[in-house]
Amino acid sequence: MTDHIPDTVENAAATPDKDQPYHLLGLKPDEYQQIGDILGRRPTSGELAMYSVMWSEHCSYKSSKVHLRQFGQKVSPEMTKHLMVGMGENAGVVDIGEGWAVTFKIESHNHPSYIEPFQGAATGVGGIVRDIISMGARPVAVMDALRFGAIDHPDTSRVVNGVVSGISFYGNCLGLPNIGGETWFDSVYQANPLVNALAVGALRHEDLHLANAKGVGNLVVLFGARTGGDGIGGASILASDTFAEGGPTKRPAVQVGDPFAEKVLIECCLELFAGGCVEGIQDLGAAGISCATSELASNGDGGMHITLDNVLLRDPTLTAEEILMSESQERMMAVIRPDKLDAFLAVTTKWDVEASVLGEVTDSGRLVIEWKGKTIVDVDPRTVAIDGPVYNRPMAYPAWLDALQADSPAKFARATDGAELKSQFLTVLGSPNEADTDWITNQYDYYVMGNTALHTPDGAGMIRIDEESGLGVALATDANGRYCQLDPYVGAQLALVESYRNVASSGATPLAVSDCLNFGSPENPEVMWQFARAVEGLADGCMELGIPVTGGNVSFYNQTGDVPIHPTPVVAVLGSIDNVARRLPSGWQDEGENLYLLGVTGDELGGSAWAGAVHDHLGGVPPHVDFTAEKELAGLLGAAAHEGIVTCAVDLGTGGFIRAVADGVLRFGVGARVWIDEIVSRDGVDTTAALFSETQARALVSVAREDDVKFRGLCDGRNVPVLRVGVTDRRSGELEVQGLFSIELEQLRSVHRGTLPAQFGPVVGG
Amino acid sequence: MPKVIVEVMPKEVLLDPAGKATARALQRFGDGEITDVRIGKRFEITIDGEITPKTLEHIAEVAKGVLSNDVIEDVISIRVAD
Repeated sequence: MTDHIPDTVENAAATPDKDQPYHLLGLKPDEYQQIGDILGRRPTSGELAMYSVMWSEHCSYKSSKVHLRQFGQKVSPEMTKHLMVGMGENAGVVDIGEGWAVTFKIESHNHPSYIEPFQGAATGVGGIVRDIISMGARPVAVMDALRFGAIDHPDTSRVVNGVVSGISFYGNCLGLPNIGGETWFDSVYQANPLVNALAVGALRHEDLHLANAKGVGNLVVLFGARTGGDGIGGASILASDTFAEGGPTKRPAVQVGDPFAEKVLIECCLELFAGGCVEGIQDLGAAGISCATSELASNGDGGMHITLDNVLLRDPTLTAEEILMSESQERMMAVIRPDKLDAFLAVTTKWDVEASVLGEVTDSGRLVIEWKGKTIVDVDPRTVAIDGPVYNRPMAYPAWLDALQADSPAKFARATDGAELKSQFLTVLGSPNEADTDWITNQYDYYVMGNTALHTPDGAGMIRIDEESGLGVALATDANGRYCQLDPYVGAQLALVESYRNVASSGATPLAVSDCLNFGSPENPEVMWQFARAVEGLADGCMELGIPVTGGNVSFYNQTGDVPIHPTPVVAVLGSIDNVARRLPSGWQDEGENLYLLGVTGDELGGSAWAGAVHDHLGGVPPHVDFTAEKELAGLLGAAAHEGIVTCAVDLGTGGFIRAVADGVLRFGVGARVWIDEIVSRDGVDTTAALFSETQARALVSVAREDDVKFRGLCDGRNVPVLRVGVTDRRSGELEVQGLFSIELEQLRSVHRGTLPAQFGPVVGG
Repeated sequence: MPKVIVEVMPKEVLLDPAGKATARALQRFGDGEITDVRIGKRFEITIDGEITPKTLEHIAEVAKGVLSNDVIEDVISIRVAD
């Protein structure tokens, strides 16, 4: 390696016919040709490294771009009202009032988390946190949306244990509370788990920073950890390939994270921002220096001159190409004014963070990189970072879809007697996707920093941002792959309204969306059709709800062999609340409160937890979406929380009414007596639908008796259908469904909590 | 009873955060000549009976499959203790 002779621009021009291993780097012949056309010569090996990682699906969005444009097009003035930074930057920034803004984003780290679950998931957390820092914000919380294979498959335990301890290790060491997320088990994720990490940060309006390299003569500084051989080509190779069973196992060097180095980097960056030392900043993630230099230059004055020899190396034998592609963690790149260099270095020295000046900003329109005195890269940075290939991939309506939708769960006989319904209820409540996830969440620190107002098992996580005023934000994520398999357009909208309703049920006002779109191979026309439909559904849904998509990411090639995962568009919704003291938990605490069901119940069991858990069935059509009803419900919940006339709100999602009741009693261990007769008679549904239907735009709330009249008046005024369906009962220690069955809370808890420990071992602190 | 020594190290190309932290700490204490530390694991495995080539073969399998994570670590030596 030490005698590696760098391929220079001069050499490339002189040896036009040299064979280059572009196909091993994931480039297609026509893409390689295109690079040659752009440069007017063959690329040097360094340029080839840069183009290959930056033109990979993961970095270039080449298959998704044409569809994602809708998020920018389907926008109303209402949606941009609170938006300070929209899509295209490292993360979106939302104004939450009082001079505060928050930035949040969700991103995938799926493929690395299958190969090396612990480090893959840990570095997923580290990566998303750096995105938040690079906007000028202090990270305040994280959460994770996880998908694993079948809970009883022998390999699932390896992945679950690794991923969960990786997340808890990195997040707990950083001192960031993990306040929510979701976990699903399904065999479609067997050899392709999904690890989607979300981070949220807070900043004052004036502290906003953007990733651009402006100001000719300004210095480009790389700081943080040293550059080593971690995950070389990971972005390109990992994100562009699949893990075919039986094929040769690809086990490239994964990245190893160091959360303590990241913690120091956070504090160092915030002090640099506060001291006005930084003009532009970018975190280093996928594609490392290739990505940071080309993106910073593209978004600034267009040119940059870099001396690669100045990169501080952990391993001095690295070649120039490897340095360009390395994905070593905990690194940042800043653009600073030359007169600020001393102040900058004073701060980095204080925090014991290494920094080196790599070069400067130019207006040449070229990104020029030198290595050992020779020019090894000379490109227009826009051709690397922005104007990559764009594919309008063929789409095909899935041949199997009509048959799947026709196979409705209506074919199953409905139970009528109490004992059978009780047994179905317990089957649903203990099924892997409905079971308590405290085996996972107990490994996370959710109180660190002392600002956590709500956390799992509440439907949304909530963090106080301003300790004086109590201003805070709530966050929830959702995606139901089963719904999306039945109808990706509606399924994506269902993920959106579920997250929206979770946030509204906490008492917050939903403001913005970040999404992580996990799909199979874009080269499969049926998958591409699913993707296009999901994006369209989400964009239309955001328009209806009046909240914008602020950023996120796309993860393709999630499949085992030829079998793609269910479409899994994870939607994170962020909302704000004036004072977290007015939050609504997901359970009642007091005796003798009335329970009210908001919204109307239909017979909607396609793709439901009941169909899956009781009948092992996936078919039919998912519940329909009613945006007007969702908005009215959210408005009511916000007003009721603000006025303090409801004491808790549980949104109705998978598992339906009875699942929400179970959540309500288990949250604080306070029993309840409920009845469903009026749901049955008013809405014209049978007992099974009343208990298990997953009709949207519904929530269960508890109201103290003295606020009853006020509450009914609020519902009437806001046009939200309401039924009194039960009372809380502190003394009985049970959940009674009048006329059908009753069950001791202890038994309910053990059914709900027992599923994960039975597979993975005892609950931490349980 | 005879023993087999297995040594496992983090892969050369990967970051070793604990090793890095240790090296930095030693340097802070004034140990200028120490430039790097890498931390690995040593297993002393006691065997019931004689160590045969077959035993070592078995230990090699265990070392690769159980004692190390071959994605991020290398088994660098397997030997019989003196």
